[in-house]
Amino acid sequence: MAFIDTITKIDRRIIFLSIALSVIIPLMFHYIPPEQISPIVANIYEKIESLPEGSRVLISLDYDPSSAPEQQPMVDAIIYHCCRRNLRLYIMALWAPGQNIASETIERIIKGHFPDKVYGEDYVHLGFKAGNEGLINVIITDMKKMYTTDAKGAAIDDIPAMQDVRNLKNMDLIVAFGGGKPGLKEWILFAGDPGNIPVAGGVTAVSAPLLYPYYPNQMLGMMGGIKGAAEYESELARRDEGFAKMRHPGLEMMGPQAVAHVVIMLFIIIGNVAYFIERKRQANKATELGK
Amino acid sequence: MSRRVVLYLVAFVVLIAAFVFSSSLKGFYITFGAFLTLCILSFLYKDNPFYKFAEHLFVGVSAAYWMCMGFWTTMIPNLIGRLYPPAIKPFLPSVADQPANLWFLIPLGLGLILLLRLSSKVGWISRWALAFIVGTTAGLNFVRYLRSDFIGQIYNTILPITVYSADGSFLIQDSISAVVVFLGVFCGIVYFFFSKEHKGAFGTAARVGIYVLMVTFGAGFGYTVMARISLLVGRMQFLFGEWLGMIPS
Repeated sequence: MAFIDTITKIDRRIIFLSIALSVIIPLMFHYIPPEQISPIVANIYEKIESLPEGSRVLISLDYDPSSAPEQQPMVDAIIYHCCRRNLRLYIMALWAPGQNIASETIERIIKGHFPDKVYGEDYVHLGFKAGNEGLINVIITDMKKMYTTDAKGAAIDDIPAMQDVRNLKNMDLIVAFGGGKPGLKEWILFAGDPGNIPVAGGVTAVSAPLLYPYYPNQMLGMMGGIKGAAEYESELARRDEGFAKMRHPGLEMMGPQAVAHVVIMLFIIIGNVAYFIERKRQANKATELGK
Repeated sequence: MSRRVVLYLVAFVVLIAAFVFSSSLKGFYITFGAFLTLCILSFLYKDNPFYKFAEHLFVGVSAAYWMCMGFWTTMIPNLIGRLYPPAIKPFLPSVADQPANLWFLIPLGLGLILLLRLSSKVGWISRWALAFIVGTTAGLNFVRYLRSDFIGQIYNTILPITVYSADGSFLIQDSISAVVVFLGVFCGIVYFFFSKEHKGAFGTAARVGIYVLMVTFGAGFGYTVMARISLLVGRMQFLFGEWLGMIPS
């Protein structure tokens, strides 16, 4: 019973330390469990695979660096996949930090692995514009009403890739990344449904349960948290040799995830067992006092 | 000299030393980032001035970043550039020749009226601009939420209970899934119907609804745990990988 008393009074800093070690040790040993793609993520993969070369894909980076550990791996994988399929990318952001994140992603993925891609022809960086869902409401009818220049200040009419783009309905696919407002939900409500445009996305794990109701009719597919990113990375690595040689941050994070979740479950089980034992002990004491 | 002052001086000296001895500015940035990360994590022990400093720095920099980005990406090209294009020639020469559009005096006026909120005497005028924003947002959202969140979700719930593949074979997994979705939604909605007492068959359906809701909340909690652990893993990768170089790449 002294053990139960110790467990119920455990210092929470011991729990913090356990969680920290359960994350650090798998990272040190590079533990990566195998991943298999689920149908909700596979739908996105197959959609990108099925698009003909030159198809227009709008990528919206609606997150800030605080969500980057979850979002960046899926963004990198999707942009890599689209470049590999020779799709035309239109990169924008509804969140202010998204513009800089997009610039860094373009440098790392597109210029780093696809140096033959020409800016203005194969991809365009439209940058950030304020307005949230109001912005989506405007660009679904006229994109150039909000975007007079790209992120670098070049006139939008001078960009070859924007010549035949009038509004969002010219896009073959919208892939939105975000965990807050505005995010994937706003893209579904204000672009996907009214414009009949296929919408897919990747969200933080906190937002994922709220978006499952939109699958599969209103939302093509979704990568929920780092698990979704890891699934997409594993499938892309399986089918593309170039991506297989790259670093896979999503897959690398699943090892610590698995161990940390096991540790948390152990604590929950121990806590519940201690709780029920304590409750029974209290009941027995009350019965004895009643006698 | 108090212990706290000594602690601050030591941290200041370490930061300056990191800046001086780092072989590149990137080295200093990473060290400063590691310092701020450790400041935030120190809250797990107890609240302290280092945590407060990092928190306030984050809030201030975020607010300033959003303001600057909003100004240069929206106000400059979409307001000043529309009202008087030659004014933006030093910043955006490619669109400085477009004709002026005086309709944008309306959003300029509404924006200035909104700023009157800062005055205690005439702050009440800002309510007009705010009413315009609230009304427009409500009007836009009302239609979309009704169509996509209400009618769209009802449509998505109407699923065939028996599902067959293209070749005519019965798909048991999809059929069970459809039944579970239907029963779960139905029982969940029954639980929230409080005009009738939850007794008998109605009460049983309500209880099933509670269990469905509890499973949903549990799944949501599990996802939240995964999200928080992901952020922790990201920080540990930064500290032990980029900063200390202990994680093999």
